Amino acid sequence: MGNDVIIVIVVVTALAFDFTNGFHDTGNAMATSIATGALGPRTAVAISGVLNLVGAFLSLSVAATIASGLVETSLVTPTVVFAGLAGAIIWNLLTWLLGIPSSSSHALIGGVIGSTLAAAGSHAVEWQGVVSKVIIPAAISPVVAGLIAATGTYLVYRISRNTSEGVRGHGFRYAQIGSASMVSLAHGTNDAQKTMGIITLALIANGSLPANAEAPFWVILSAALAISLGTYLGGWRVIRTLGKGLVEIEAPQGMAAESASAAVILLSSHFGYSLSTTHVATGSIMGSGLARNGAEVRWRVAGRMASAWLFTLPAAGVVGAGSFALAHAAGGTAGVLVDLALLVAVAAVVYVRSRATKVSAANVNTEWTGSVSPASPSPAAAGV
Amino acid sequence: MSSWINLSAIWRIVVVGLLAGAGLPALVAVGLRALSPRAAGSSTATGSGTAAGSGTVTAGENPAGVTVAVLCFTVVLAAIGYGIYLIVAGGH
Repeated sequence: MGNDVIIVIVVVTALAFDFTNGFHDTGNAMATSIATGALGPRTAVAISGVLNLVGAFLSLSVAATIASGLVETSLVTPTVVFAGLAGAIIWNLLTWLLGIPSSSSHALIGGVIGSTLAAAGSHAVEWQGVVSKVIIPAAISPVVAGLIAATGTYLVYRISRNTSEGVRGHGFRYAQIGSASMVSLAHGTNDAQKTMGIITLALIANGSLPANAEAPFWVILSAALAISLGTYLGGWRVIRTLGKGLVEIEAPQGMAAESASAAVILLSSHFGYSLSTTHVATGSIMGSGLARNGAEVRWRVAGRMASAWLFTLPAAGVVGAGSFALAHAAGGTAGVLVDLALLVAVAAVVYVRSRATKVSAANVNTEWTGSVSPASPSPAAAGV
Repeated sequence: MSSWINLSAIWRIVVVGLLAGAGLPALVAVGLRALSPRAAGSSTATGSGTAAGSGTVTAGENPAGVTVAVLCFTVVLAAIGYGIYLIVAGGH
């Protein structure tokens, strides 16, 4: 058996990552519904939270070892997993602070690859797996989702040209609630599994579970709860960027975008691709914006986002490698504790900074004026 | 090359994705159009009296439209149900 203190810290840190994964990604499903007013902000995050919980339990058959095929799992220790998680959490928090919808999956994968590199060297990373399972899908999936969303948006607007305003307004809002719910469900089936996989990996590395063991029930339950709570908290900053910043969104367009996202996410996991729900959702929203006449696509916001995507893997990797080096230098449990203290400090700083330009349920839909911080801060706001 | 990129999977994701991700929203739009007062019959009347609310009344007078709409929405719901079934069945 390994070190009990370290494994407890790893599990708690993994759940903390899962929590950031939740609030970072609420916008993928709910941003457009909130922007079009199909759902109130609070209702939207509540529905999304519950469906993420349900989704996390729906597909237990997933052998959720996110790291297999990417790193040599026999060389992974709990400290390596911890350092990778630290990298992922820090990247997630920083991008959230800036309101950039970056991929939590990439942050996690980048962090773990970085810490594995630092721990065991280049041979411990299966580079072909990284390219074929992570980088290529990341490049293709937003394009495919965007294409499908653009087609859907074009068809919907063409078909509903002569539909009366009343039927249209109501009908598409209802439809949008349905499509947004499907994205939330898909998110639960996808992203919660990644944390379950990483906890299981750490438990196996620690010797607490036999190799090739499946995730124990308490892991499934706690991961499902963490992602669902995070989702319910509502990452208002990212929601705002996706719903207001990227394109102007109407209900029919939102419905088309979400349908495309849900279809692509569910299909690709069906075919064994674990891809980033964030990349898919963003591609869909862009596509739906391009296909509607008169919808403004803010290319500056899109460009900022795309560059954040490019940096996600290496940046989380560098932090992951750095935190492993630090933990290794300090040695053993003490090293992990040093890392943990730093991680908590960074989280605290980000939290304090976020209070200065607060985005919440109350001001998430304020007119976009070029940045995630709303022009007139709302005093009576609660939430994140 | 095939070990780097699974073209057949991508191809199928694009095709099935278009059917489900773009086709289903289009079906919703067809259904809503059928429910709309101006859908069936002469579409020439750019009605001044077609404010919101008259939709249900007119739709009630138009059983063909309602039938089309119900059909569309049923297909959409069935497709969603099948999708959820696939997830639960664990096709991953």
